[in-house]
Amino acid sequence: MAEKITLGKALNHGLRRALENDPKVVIMGEDVGKLGGVFRITDGLQKDFGEDRVIDTPLAEAGIVGTAVGLAIRGYRPVCEIQFDGFVFPAYNQIVAQVAKMFYRSKGKVRVPMVIRIPFGGGIGAVEHHSESPEAYFAHTPGLKVVTCSNPADAYTMIQQAIASDDPVVFFEPKRRYWEKGDVDLDAPLSGAYPLHAARVARPGSDATLLAYGPMVRVALDAAAAAAEDGRDLEVIDLRTLSPVDFPTIFESVKRTGRAVVVHEAPGNLGMGAELAAKITEECFYSLEAPVLRVTGYDIPYPAARSEEEYLPDLDRLLDAVDRSFGW
Amino acid sequence: MAKGERKAGAVPPSGGGTDAPAGGFVQLLTPDGEHLGSVTTADGTTYSVDFTDEEYRGLYRDLVTVRRLDAEATALQRQGELGLWASLLGQEAAQVGSGRALRPQDMAFPTYREHGVLYCRGIDPIMPFGLFRGVDQGGWDANEHKFNSYTIVIGSQTLHATGYAMGVTMDGKTGSPDGEAVIAYFGDGATSQGEVNESFVWSGVFNAPIVFFCQNNQYAISEPLERQTRIPLYNRAAGYGFPGIRIDGNDVLASYAVTRAALDNARNGQGPTLIEAYTYRMGAHTSSDDPTRYRIASEVESWKAKDPIARVKAFLTKQKLAGDDFFAEVDEGAKQLALSLRERVLAMPDPQPVTMFDHVYPNGSPELDEQRQAFTEYHASFEGSGH
Ligand SMILES: Cc1ncc(C[n+]2csc(CCOP(=O)(O)OP(=O)(O)O)c2C)c(N)n1
Repeated sequence: MAEKITLGKALNHGLRRALENDPKVVIMGEDVGKLGGVFRITDGLQKDFGEDRVIDTPLAEAGIVGTAVGLAIRGYRPVCEIQFDGFVFPAYNQIVAQVAKMFYRSKGKVRVPMVIRIPFGGGIGAVEHHSESPEAYFAHTPGLKVVTCSNPADAYTMIQQAIASDDPVVFFEPKRRYWEKGDVDLDAPLSGAYPLHAARVARPGSDATLLAYGPMVRVALDAAAAAAEDGRDLEVIDLRTLSPVDFPTIFESVKRTGRAVVVHEAPGNLGMGAELAAKITEECFYSLEAPVLRVTGYDIPYPAARSEEEYLPDLDRLLDAVDRSFGW
Repeated sequence: MAKGERKAGAVPPSGGGTDAPAGGFVQLLTPDGEHLGSVTTADGTTYSVDFTDEEYRGLYRDLVTVRRLDAEATALQRQGELGLWASLLGQEAAQVGSGRALRPQDMAFPTYREHGVLYCRGIDPIMPFGLFRGVDQGGWDANEHKFNSYTIVIGSQTLHATGYAMGVTMDGKTGSPDGEAVIAYFGDGATSQGEVNESFVWSGVFNAPIVFFCQNNQYAISEPLERQTRIPLYNRAAGYGFPGIRIDGNDVLASYAVTRAALDNARNGQGPTLIEAYTYRMGAHTSSDDPTRYRIASEVESWKAKDPIARVKAFLTKQKLAGDDFFAEVDEGAKQLALSLRERVLAMPDPQPVTMFDHVYPNGSPELDEQRQAFTEYHASFEGSGH
């Protein structure tokens, strides 16, 4: 039966179900136990599953991920929580040099099935290092799978799928959407769920394709609703998976609409949007009515909170890009 | 002893024999081949070994064999057959002693120099040659042999070992003599890395069944020990709440006895130990290094006098446990093994290029499948064209 819950609560339920279903799943991170994480995503889990399953760790990100590698080699399925996007870098070495390569290095003999959860993105008025979008660093690394959810229903299933997967998964959580509610069927079996590595058409349309993921899906949907009032029928694709990108779904859409606008919070330079634009150009060149346009964060360090409304792509900037696309 | 009862902090070694560093170290076999029987450290722990004659001879055979394999690898590198080699010359006792101290159920996490430990784990000694020749990146089965992949980024493996050890505890495999223990190898330079310090913190906090085995070979490429630390490395353990002990790293018996005891403590639930094996890297850091730029010949000479193999030979001779026939036979066996290894290395085929797309993801990736396909077709397009 579907319930209306927040994205944060949906993640909590998903983690709970993973802990219930597989005794090898362990959660580890700073403050994940008694406190339930700074965003309360692991709320109540240590109480119910014990300190060996939900492990409060010392304050060291390389340690969290590095020991998780050892646990995974031992046969566990660790789910690491990195407290905020900007704090993943001390663990960066472990993630890109070890987690991503164990399987390759060992010719497939050593698996490290683990999930690294990272609340990411801005819009919550935080101080430095609490609002970044580092997804491209990870999507650029072969050996890692990178996904992000945008709504409670996806949050609930995708976190479980990520944990069940033998691939190491970097799981980006749109922190500004933690409190948004949506319908979630808590009893739905995972086996029949929408695939983890597939994009989803969040809103069908015929005039142009908006490509978004994580926190920007809401912005794209709002933009499509506003454009509809002007008589433009925009399709919104929620990428969901950043590595691998589900290109067939994207190509099908762009070939049909002839226009594509990508939106993300991360700086544009060498970001996901650059990759998407290049691939779409390669594959859909003869169908395009306009170049693929990007609406992104600027190429600056994430600014102070009082400026973030200007930094973050919003409805107006996105609609402006749509206008430009149609003006071509 | 129950958890927590064990005294944490540095365990000043007993003093040690000839040429011990300030603060001493545990030594059971002197450079002259004198067997000290047993040593008691300041905390009252007594270390000894009780080998049969055959076992003493076996240790000697191990030492000679790994040195010979290492020499063969160095030669192969010079002849252009290996891209690089990280030699263990001088560190045989530290590796064979600790490697033989491992019980079958114990898990080891090496760096890139632990060919002697690899040999002790019963892995085909050809395995690291693939890595250094460039035909693969290792590729042995870590779980089958209880010996993880070589780790080249300095220090990272100490965290893997710690996590694995936490898993041992979670599996209920500690607290008894047949429990499991874990050993992590690293160098003196590695002790400066944040990740090694994190692994000490973690292991202490979680009372992990782990032995940290630091081979202090005095240099991290060109940087001498003084560039890493102002105190003896084994003293660092005290700051993390577990014992540290220094051994004569060129003494295979001390290496065995202390590692065996530390592993047993770990498997019995008494938590981590840091062992500093005080030794010396006799050769270059790797085959691309020129050690004459940063160390003097007399220093190397002084360490030659402490050779880990010569002293075992002296002991076996003095005790009449072995004679010339035995030594010749060991040399010949090692030589034959090295020669067959050479043949096998030379015959190592280059991998089929398309296999570079294998094993990126357990569940595969559509993007990669496409690239593999394109790669295959591209190469096929040259067939018969004389390319
Ligand atoms: C993180 C990192 N930095 C630098 C290097 C290059 N490097 C390879 S070995 C080495 C020295 C390591 O010294 P030590 O830990 O004492 O081990 P040893 O080689 O002496 O056994 C360095 C700097 C590396 N492999 N990893």
